Amino acid sequence: MTEETNSKNPEKQSSVETAVLAVAPAPHIRDQSTSTRRMMIDVIIALVPLMIASVVMFRGYAILQLVVCVGSCLIAEIAFTAMRKRKAPIGDCSAIITGIILAMSLPWNLPIYVGVIGSFIAIGLGKVIFGGLGFNIFNPAMVGRAFIMLSFATAMGAPAYVKNIDQHMPWLQDLGALPSQCATGPEAQQLTTKFGDKFNAETGATPMTAAKKLINKEPNGYSTKLLSLFLGNTTGSLGETSALACLLGGLYLLIRKTAAWQIPLGGVIAVAIASGIADLCNGPMAWSFLHELLGGAFLFGVFFIATDPVTTPTTSKGKFIFGLGFGLMMMFIRLFSAYPEGVMFAILLMNAVTPLINRWTVPKPFGGPAVVGK
Amino acid sequence: MVTTDTGNSGKRNFAGGVHPSGHKGLAADSIIEVLPTPATVTIPMSHHIGAPCEALTKPKQELAIGELIGSSKAFISAPIHASVNGVAGMVCSVTLPTGKRVKAVPVKAAENQPDAREVYNDFFKGDYPTSGLEQYVPEAITEAVKSAGITGMGGATFPTFVKFLKNEKKPIDTLLVNGCECEPYLTSDYRLMVEAPLAVLCGALLAARACGARNIVIAIEDNKPLAIDAMRRAAKSTGITIMELPTKYPQGSEKQTILSALGRRVPGGALPLDVGVVVINVGTASTIARAVTRGKPLTHRIVSVTGDGIKHPKNILAPIGASYADLIEHCGGLTDDTARVVSGGPMMGFTVGDLTSPITKGTSGITVLVQQDVEAPPETNCVRCGKCVDACPMNLVPTRIALASRYRQWELTDTYHISSCIECGCCSYVCPANIPLVQLIKTGKALKTKK
Repeated sequence: MTEETNSKNPEKQSSVETAVLAVAPAPHIRDQSTSTRRMMIDVIIALVPLMIASVVMFRGYAILQLVVCVGSCLIAEIAFTAMRKRKAPIGDCSAIITGIILAMSLPWNLPIYVGVIGSFIAIGLGKVIFGGLGFNIFNPAMVGRAFIMLSFATAMGAPAYVKNIDQHMPWLQDLGALPSQCATGPEAQQLTTKFGDKFNAETGATPMTAAKKLINKEPNGYSTKLLSLFLGNTTGSLGETSALACLLGGLYLLIRKTAAWQIPLGGVIAVAIASGIADLCNGPMAWSFLHELLGGAFLFGVFFIATDPVTTPTTSKGKFIFGLGFGLMMMFIRLFSAYPEGVMFAILLMNAVTPLINRWTVPKPFGGPAVVGK
Repeated sequence: MVTTDTGNSGKRNFAGGVHPSGHKGLAADSIIEVLPTPATVTIPMSHHIGAPCEALTKPKQELAIGELIGSSKAFISAPIHASVNGVAGMVCSVTLPTGKRVKAVPVKAAENQPDAREVYNDFFKGDYPTSGLEQYVPEAITEAVKSAGITGMGGATFPTFVKFLKNEKKPIDTLLVNGCECEPYLTSDYRLMVEAPLAVLCGALLAARACGARNIVIAIEDNKPLAIDAMRRAAKSTGITIMELPTKYPQGSEKQTILSALGRRVPGGALPLDVGVVVINVGTASTIARAVTRGKPLTHRIVSVTGDGIKHPKNILAPIGASYADLIEHCGGLTDDTARVVSGGPMMGFTVGDLTSPITKGTSGITVLVQQDVEAPPETNCVRCGKCVDACPMNLVPTRIALASRYRQWELTDTYHISSCIECGCCSYVCPANIPLVQLIKTGKALKTKK
């Protein structure tokens, strides 16, 4: 007791004699502007433009999906960490990000229970089972999405994106999001006369399915206006429609250095190369390199999912290779598979090779490796 | 004797590094003060990684400043001299902030001590020649440096004469004088360059003669414009290049300074002499000048006593062996929210647990950090963000090495080149997960050699 009073009233004695000094190894200071939590909050801030764009386009449907996924992810995190008898790391905000990214990657009319299942799979099988944030191999949101995509193929398939869409969202015409409004090329006229202002499974559910038909030279394929792809007044998954929103959020992440610039750079280069080759093989088409970049979920994926630090390489060179691989893999799926979009599988495939990339890209130390034993 | 601007094709920068806030303003403007002689000094018999010295004193032996009190027969060693007039006590043991327990000679100060003004002038003022140095034979300079007990004053405390020994296979062409002082808070080199540029220049010219360098470059970070000015003005007709380098930690780390200033890359595991360079600190240079031209051994050094935990931050010329408490009390003592007392700067310095321990030849500063400075969130898992990779000036993957060290996977630490780590601490500084990366790596290195 007396010692305590002593140390609290040091003015009676010289500070040097009474000081209680902590001993710790260097460095004694750290960059106090950075923390894991701060990085995660950055990502949430960067996702705000996407959420706004999705609410403008899909209104209540976007809000509902966001609430369902974020809520279920948080509940899943609490439940699964409790099963491991650990304290739920809600404070790191990573479950919120998983929820937002999952929601943004879903169609507007997905039944609530599918979103809930996706969220539980994302957090449980995608993250907690590996030991939590930092130890997961695959991007949790993409694990959840892949699961529901395979289990609920109809609810997640391309036709679901436009099923009854004009009845539920009469505002789409005002936004100029009807296929007849945003199509370009000779097909546009054809589309208007054939289907008027109606959405139809045959018109192509989203810009990506329409483009797929165009590439495959099937009927009713068409290319979407670049401006529509840029602003986002087209159909698609909730968060992917607006390239502008993705660019704004992505730019913020790059400026904050929360996302590595090497990944988007590698991705863009890969898409340019792959779509360039495709153009050379198919002949010039209305669906160009820029359409590949702005259309679909490429920008959403390359800025927000491919830059997830945990599941991507650590080294600068590795990050660039990851970006390249992601872009090539996505283009491969877009061009050759039955799926119109390949972002999700491209991410998961590249996540799987990340440990290998890390091993390949061990940087050479300054001045070359020191001779062992010297 | 010295040619101008040859081979200084430095890139002015290096990859990696961090920008901690400097806090140099705390002590930057306080003129070097001479510490009033403490009642007792305790002079350690080992200051560096080389062989410790044997104490040559007998109890109650009377000593004068500069008298030899410790020496060693080992090659890599530097003799030790009395830093005050006084009476030697019984050889005792002290623990240095590094955790090393070493023998020390306590010296009880006598009544008669030189006047502070006199000491200041003897160290920093008067005629330090920058021309006509031909009278000093290179071998004689090296010998004087050796017998004056001069070691590197930047922190590593390596005996300086060893760097000057001629090696036929590895000729030296450039002497690089390091005035970067990239550690936050510290201002001792800065004050020296502002107050005694001639001493630094004279020492640099002598050191260049000793090691046979034609070319002299003095590198200073651009956050010290006054020092750059003072040095440029004084160096006008000497042919010495004063080079401004961007402020970035660890700009003053030997390999990084050589790359920035000269554009040469020291190979892994090699020494500066392998690329024809000898590097000394500005403090070392001034000590060489004093030893050679005035015949005085290394007995005092400049110590920045700074940080928000110090009531009146100052730069102090203190006798080797004065205690941390002596210096801190001279600066008004510690504030109530003091958290850590650091020997050196906050990035690489060692905490002082016992303020009665003595300062050594390598104590460049005492940085007192307050609670707010050392606040840190709890450690979380590595999210593999790669910020440590971007910050590493040695181009390593710190997180891999650190975690491999934590789990004792020694083979993996080698795959990721643990031995190339210079322990600068940039990785720990930037880690968002607050993982003690460099601490784990240091521990890993130590455990590995034990194994």
